[in-house]
Parts: sequence; C-alpha cells; structure tokens
Amino acid sequence: MADINTVFDISGRAMAAQLVRLNTIASNLANAGNLASSEDEAYRSLKPVFETKYADEVRKNGIATAQAVDIVESNRLPEKLYLPDHPSADDDGFVYSAAVNIEEEYVEMMEASRQYQNNVEVITTLRTLMIRTISMGK
Amino acid sequence: MKSIGNHLNFHASALQLRSRRNDILASNIANAATPNFKARDLNYDQQIRQVGGTGPLKATDSKHFNVAVKNPHQTLFYRQPINPSLDGNTVELSVEQLEFSENSLRYQTSLEFLNNRIAGLMSAIRGE
Repeated sequence: MADINTVFDISGRAMAAQLVRLNTIASNLANAGNLASSEDEAYRSLKPVFETKYADEVRKNGIATAQAVDIVESNRLPEKLYLPDHPSADDDGFVYSAAVNIEEEYVEMMEASRQYQNNVEVITTLRTLMIRTISMGK
Repeated sequence: MKSIGNHLNFHASALQLRSRRNDILASNIANAATPNFKARDLNYDQQIRQVGGTGPLKATDSKHFNVAVKNPHQTLFYRQPINPSLDGNTVELSVEQLEFSENSLRYQTSLEFLNNRIAGLMSAIRGE
C-alpha cells in the first residue's frame, strides 16, 4: 500500500481499522441469540486483528498507523440448550446458541467508538493548525 | 536577506519540530488499540537546543569534546507507561491526549510569534 506521509494517512487509516472493528461488533450483536441445529453451524463471534503499519521512513519520522489485517472467529464455544420443541433442534433435542457475549461486545463497541472519535479529533485539530499556517503573515 | 532568515529561523524550526511531534503523537493515538505497539515521542527540548545552538554544555574551544547528541535517530524515545496493559500496548490515551493538546497549543504559539515577526518586518519595509 501507499506510504504514510501526513496525519490524514495516519488517522484516516486508523479510523478505517476502527470501522472494521465496529462492523464486526455489529455483525456479532445482530447474530447474538441465534439458534442453530449443530455446533458447527452456530455463529461464532468475529474479531479483527490489528497491526501497526509503519511508514517507509519510520526511522526518521517515527510515523505509524493501524491496520485491520485479518478477521478471525473467536474460540468461544456455542452454548448447548435443551429445547426439544424448537424446529431446529437436533435428534437429542438440543439447539446451539451463537457464541456471542453481549456485554463484551458492548464494552468493545464503546472503546472502538471512543478511539474513532479520538482520531477524528486529531484530524480536526491538525487541519485547523494547517489552515492557520497557510495564512501565515497575512 | 540572511538577516531576515535569521530573524525568522528559530520560530520556523520550532514550528517544524512541533509539526513532527504532532505526527508522532497522532501515530500513537492511531495505534491505541494495536497489541504490542510501543508509544514513542520526540525529545523536543533537546532538538530545539540543537537548533538554537544553546544547551547545558556548550564547547567554548574547538578542541573540547562535543557532548550534544548529533545522531537524529536517537531523538525519538519510548514512553514509559504509568499503567502497563496486558496486551503490551504502551499507549495511554489520557497521556497522549494531554501531550497532543499541549503540543498543538505550542504550535499555535510559535505560529503567533512568527506572524508577529513577519508583521514587524512588513511595517519596517513599508515605513509607515
């Protein structure tokens, strides 16, 4: 990918990464409580993998941004529920509930949105400073 | 022309350093959620001393050893976390936000100094 030069690259890409994180949280919450007839079919919560992406000249300028490089399924196991009357129950009367912990997702959603806001704040501040710098001496 | 350059040089360098530091702090904030990321910062005081030619130990003779750090790679240092986290990330948002707001304020101050100096030059040139 292209090199990281300005604060718009730094914070912009970090915002994109946080947005991936928010998307996975939305998917997880949308599927929370879904029931499936086998453990393999049951939904597993998705988690993004963040990595630091350094600028080519990082030894000189110390610039780095964040990137969501992968999305993995968590290893939490689906809950096994005994509901023999449920239409998707298996032969023994069990259904498997999606492996999503709602509280965990909520906490992560708050953290992700805070960090998104922080990046917006950085861009807003530095943009104002840039505008003032352009009109220097006037 | 050189005297005009000298007149503006110090604050221009300060502005550049503040801008560099803003980029580094933005990188820290961008990586607030990345595991094992180590927050870094720029040693502003040391850098500006080099620009201004002042410092705690200045050689008065050419044969004296120069103790100032000349290597630009050593100007970035790693931040020591106050509350270390389990994932190895040393970005503390409270610290970074504080440093960032302070740094952008100081950037504005340098900009103001530059503007005043330019305005002084302009009024001298116009002779009003």
